[in-house]
Amino acid sequence: MSFFQMPNPIVARRLFLGQSGLVLSGAAVALLAGNEALAAKSGGANTKDVQILNTALGAELEAIAAYQLGAESKLLQPPVLDLALTFQGHHKAHADVLASTVEKLGGKPVLAKTAYNFPVDQLKSQADVLKFAAKLEQGAVSAYLGAVPLFGNRDLAKAAASILGDEAMHWAILRQALGEVPVPAAFMA
Amino acid sequence: MTMRWLLVAGALALGAIAPAGAAPDAARGEQVYTRCLACHALAFDRVGPHHCGLFGRVAGSVPEFSYSPAMKNSRITWNDKTLDRFLTKPLKMVPGSAMTYDGVSEPKDRADLIAYLKHVDATAECRKLAAVKQ
Repeated sequence: MSFFQMPNPIVARRLFLGQSGLVLSGAAVALLAGNEALAAKSGGANTKDVQILNTALGAELEAIAAYQLGAESKLLQPPVLDLALTFQGHHKAHADVLASTVEKLGGKPVLAKTAYNFPVDQLKSQADVLKFAAKLEQGAVSAYLGAVPLFGNRDLAKAAASILGDEAMHWAILRQALGEVPVPAAFMA
Repeated sequence: MTMRWLLVAGALALGAIAPAGAAPDAARGEQVYTRCLACHALAFDRVGPHHCGLFGRVAGSVPEFSYSPAMKNSRITWNDKTLDRFLTKPLKMVPGSAMTYDGVSEPKDRADLIAYLKHVDATAECRKLAAVKQ
């Protein structure tokens, strides 16, 4: 049974997480958040890397706010709501490690905005919210894809690619929930 | 090389050239624009500034948007030519820009994207924004 059809959201969430392995890999977390060696030899990273991380952090903070909007909209039914909160949790994890890495590299992490502009008037159903989230996730995949080659530090590039994989899974699952082909192409751009 | 092979090679070459010479396709450009949606929207500022009114706008000039100093001081005016250069390699054209994106490498993708951006002011979203600004 698909986790989308499961009546118990806790069971669905457990099944979903167990089957998909949707957690930021331990390796990536170590690369970003816990790797003191990275901070110590930040010569591999540079000002541009800090800017890339901060731009990504800004987008992650916005994604957290977007999922919060969806969660509070009362438009999402329990299994999908639970899924949205799980994805929001991933974005929080991304934001946490990005912010701590920016700090370790001597930068100042961007902060969440006090308010975000979202197309609230266009969100009238669960499908509208899922479409909105899917567009953000698709854009996030492209953004990370466009950022990975720019890193001076290859460990940071690898960690960003790990986040990219997570965003791609979000996008595919949101498309599946909308009844669309979950993976529409062999390559992303 | 035989004449037959020359003709085949010529046909292949023409086939390869033809798409690049095709007129920019704004509808396809809208699909390319999905790559921008992590940071941009047409009618409101996000991680990046909004795109309504982009053509003819001076870079770094959207009021209340927090630009990088590099973009603020770039003295670029957005048009077909400057957008094509910027979208090819944003950080090469504006080092220090917060748009930390490697670029849109395919000329056809850029042309279609620019065609789309050129026409966004006709969308309901941008017309609504323009009306609010007036």
